[in-house]
Amino acid sequence: MLCYWIVSVISMNWFINSGIVDTKTGLLGDRGKMWLKWWEKISGDGWKIHHYYQYFGSKRVPKAWWRKLLITWVLGWTIVSLWIFCYMRLQATEKRKETLASMCDERARMLQDQFNVSMNHIQAMSIMISTFHHGKNPSAIDQRTFARYTERTAFERPITSGVAYAVRVLHSEREQFEKQQGWTIKRMDTLEQNPVHEDDYAPEALEPSPIQEEYAPVIFAQDTISHVVSLDMLSGKEDRENVLRARESGKGVLTAPLRLVKTNRLGVILTFAVYKADLPSNVTLNERIQATDGYLGGVFDIESLVEKLLQQLASKQTIIVNVYDTTNDLHPISMYGSNVSDDGLQHVSTLNFGDPFRKHEMHCRFKQRPPWHWLAITTSIGILVIALLVGYIFHATVNRIAKVEDDCHKMMELKKRAEAADVAKSQFLATVSHEIRTPMNGVLGMLDMLMDTDLDVTQQDYVRTAQASGKALVSLINEVLDQAKIEAGRLELEAVRFDLRAILDDILSLFSGKSQEKGVELAVYISDRVPEMLIGDPGRFRQIITNLMGNSIKFTEKGHIFVTVHLVEEVIGSIGFEMESPSKNTLSGFPVADRRCSWEGFKTLSGEGSTCPLSLSSSDLINLIVSVEDTGVGIPLEAQSCIFTPFMQVGPSISRTHGGTGIGLSISKCLVGLMNGEIGFVSIPKGMMALVVDPRPVRAKVSRYHIQRLGIHVEVVSDFNQVLSSINSGKTVTNMVLVEQEIWDKDSVISAHFINNLEKVDCGMPPKLFLLSSSISPSRTRAATSSDHTPPIVMKPLRASMLAASLQRAMGVGGKGKPRTGEISGLSVCNLLLGRKILIVDDNNVNLKVAAGALKKYGADVVCADSGKKAISLLQPPHHFDACFMDIQMPEMDGFEATRTIREVECSINNLIQSGEVSVEAYDNISKWHVPILAMTADVIQATHEKSIRCGMDGYVSKPFEAQQLYREVSRHFQSA
Amino acid sequence: MDVMIQLQIQLREHSAFLHKEGYLDDQFEQLQKLQDENSPDFVVEVVSIFFDDSEKLLNNLAKALEQKDVDFKQVDAHVHQFKGSSASIGAMRVKNACIEFRNYCEAQNIEECLTCMQKLQFEYSVLKNQLEYLFRLEQQIRAARV
Repeated sequence: MLCYWIVSVISMNWFINSGIVDTKTGLLGDRGKMWLKWWEKISGDGWKIHHYYQYFGSKRVPKAWWRKLLITWVLGWTIVSLWIFCYMRLQATEKRKETLASMCDERARMLQDQFNVSMNHIQAMSIMISTFHHGKNPSAIDQRTFARYTERTAFERPITSGVAYAVRVLHSEREQFEKQQGWTIKRMDTLEQNPVHEDDYAPEALEPSPIQEEYAPVIFAQDTISHVVSLDMLSGKEDRENVLRARESGKGVLTAPLRLVKTNRLGVILTFAVYKADLPSNVTLNERIQATDGYLGGVFDIESLVEKLLQQLASKQTIIVNVYDTTNDLHPISMYGSNVSDDGLQHVSTLNFGDPFRKHEMHCRFKQRPPWHWLAITTSIGILVIALLVGYIFHATVNRIAKVEDDCHKMMELKKRAEAADVAKSQFLATVSHEIRTPMNGVLGMLDMLMDTDLDVTQQDYVRTAQASGKALVSLINEVLDQAKIEAGRLELEAVRFDLRAILDDILSLFSGKSQEKGVELAVYISDRVPEMLIGDPGRFRQIITNLMGNSIKFTEKGHIFVTVHLVEEVIGSIGFEMESPSKNTLSGFPVADRRCSWEGFKTLSGEGSTCPLSLSSSDLINLIVSVEDTGVGIPLEAQSCIFTPFMQVGPSISRTHGGTGIGLSISKCLVGLMNGEIGFVSIPKGMMALVVDPRPVRAKVSRYHIQRLGIHVEVVSDFNQVLSSINSGKTVTNMVLVEQEIWDKDSVISAHFINNLEKVDCGMPPKLFLLSSSISPSRTRAATSSDHTPPIVMKPLRASMLAASLQRAMGVGGKGKPRTGEISGLSVCNLLLGRKILIVDDNNVNLKVAAGALKKYGADVVCADSGKKAISLLQPPHHFDACFMDIQMPEMDGFEATRTIREVECSINNLIQSGEVSVEAYDNISKWHVPILAMTADVIQATHEKSIRCGMDGYVSKPFEAQQLYREVSRHFQSA
Repeated sequence: MDVMIQLQIQLREHSAFLHKEGYLDDQFEQLQKLQDENSPDFVVEVVSIFFDDSEKLLNNLAKALEQKDVDFKQVDAHVHQFKGSSASIGAMRVKNACIEFRNYCEAQNIEECLTCMQKLQFEYSVLKNQLEYLFRLEQQIRAARV
């Protein structure tokens, strides 16, 4: 982004250096073009991106390309904005120039007009003089008349400060003239050389004019310039020139600007010749001169004139006006205005004052410097900023795209690698499994051969065990191999003739041992309509059924496992009508799920059609439906969704209690899929069974809903008799009976009787009884029943959490099965610990008490110690402790150190005994002292365990005590002890 | 008998409440299971030891935290002991407060430690009240039975 900012700074400088006013049309036109360009660019880029995506992965557009484009974009827009700026500035300057020109011309015209008006009037005056002075004898005009007249007509000549008339006097006539006038003709040039101020101006002091051929003494003058009377106009250099030119041309003639006598201001003098008579137009120069009578002069005070003129005009402040006499081009004479030299904008207008000999110019300049052109500056900066932003967006987009592409590329790479790894894993599994199978076959074969040799009973037993283990291992490997093969897509099905019934018989015999062990009824039924011979893959078929049955038998403790094979057509026929109470009418009388529910998802049955691999002939496909039904624990609802996922088991505890790898069902599903078949299941998880005694259906429904939320199967009965009959029927184990208070209170005798009957029920554990009560005020009738058997009360309103807490409390912690296993291990712990003398070391009294309580419960003889030191002294041999439970974190001396010390003491004593330095008798005839020390710790960090082992501890139990773990640890050491 | 049932209901509700609100966890139930004919007052005994210990510990803690240079090791040791004993009786909320306390002890954050101390005291006093109420109920039930 650095480059953008440098560029923009440069352009800002540009803006500051100059300015323009912008014209809207120009700007819009430019913008239009820009947008067009912009769109072209954008759409071009878009296309490129698209294009790129099409060829994604195969080529990568170099980043430099984008960068170049970006820089070009930024530079281009910088240039464009500069151009806009210059353009706008130029236009503004043009306009300013125009304004100046028009203003200047206007002023020049006005000045000219005014001048002309004055000039005309002076001309008229010359005619008047010719008529009234020269045309009459005696003259009608004298100095006073003239002065008054001119004074009163001064408004007609706004730009003349005064007029004077000089008469032509030849030298011959001088004396007469001087006599007549009463003054001598005075010369003027001395006055010009020594200009004097008004105050000390004295005409008398002037020298009389020297002798000339002719004279032009002023005889009449306006009062404003009365001092010029008697001066010889021909004696002044400028005046003489003027006078001569005037009489030669017969027109108004202007002098160059000169300092006026007396006022000392810049002015010009206009001179008209007065002729004796009207002259014809083609008169010669000489004739003209001869005909001259006198000269009328008007003084134009240019300076004040122009000032007056400008004052009349508005906006005089905005421009500065200079007027120059440019008769001599090289040395223009300034007539008006301060002579400020300025290189700025200026306009020159020519002035025509009617004298072709004289040239005048008016120069106009603006007073102020041109203002800064903010519009141009902001417009171009704005455009630049927009362009930069667009550039930035573009840049960001490109970066983003590049990043996403990179990411996507990476991900694809990773995906490829992951896929490759998956394939490799499957291949590895397949290879390794295969490689293991080969030596295993050798092992099994050798074991077979070993069996045939002459072995005694013990040896035979060993070999049989080894063989069984080997077979189990091989079958496990086969499963893994199948899974791997399926995943690697290398499993192929055979198509051979086989007898379905024989295969099922085989499977049945395979499981008969196990089923007999468990007392589970095993049965197979194959419909008559299923043909004798089928074509397919018998091995895989057997595998599927074996998997399913193996699974069933694993989880079934009582009841039956029932395999049925039907033609799909048969089943479709039966699917319509309701079978009579299917849950009761089963093989062993135990309830089973309705198998038809598991078919609901099947496409074959829903008419979408699929081919079945089991076919009698190529043209005749047979669709079989095989169902394996068991009365096992059922699959919990939360686990039902992942039942066919490889290696997934309902819970980690399952593999511990039941074994297995958890891929059987997944393999079955794959195999069925390969056979174009479908597999499904339906399961009613067998949790607890509750009976709700309530004659009111709506209330019962509510209770049922809440209890079912806890995963407990609920049946509703209306009175106690039904409860008893239901329990006594023995089909299901009823775990709890929930009785509505209303029923309970109705008849105390029946209630008491019911309690008695309930306890007599011979069904393992008698069901627990609960009362569902809506009020805490108990009934009066209750008093009659035995207080010892007051059932626990579940308060309404029923809520899942409340209900769970109440039921858990009454039933014991945990749900299905857990209390039972807890009891079993608790009993075992009891057997192990009964009468054992155990030392507990813990600095925490509470912990000490709790641990002691727990161990005492198992019948142990417990001694407590609250520090490591006490423990060391108590465990000083000889002692009678069978074990020591030691807390690790204790003040002063922690468990590790205490253990170390105890071990050292034991070691030294053992050494002494061994070396015979002390007699064994002194140490209770125990030659090797080693008391099992178990760490008690709340943390389960592996490092702590390792450290405890290093310190000489024998194991650990986690706090708080758990029967199973306690049993495991204690049994390890007590057996060895 | 009415009183009896009422008390029983109260007891049940109260222990369900304690369980639900997390004042007590399964460990307390385990403790209750340890109680039998041989040691009929086992739970009460353990809990009263717990109370004595806790009060001592809380005093020590308060003193340790009042010091200018707080010995965090010392504080941590106290809190650890407190945690151990509360875990033993299944006082979950107290135990959790201790765990939090220990974290701040490790960080040597005195402000948070003081906050935790208050929290611990609060949790402990609540627990004490609740348990005392529970025991009172049990006692009343026993008395009613006799």
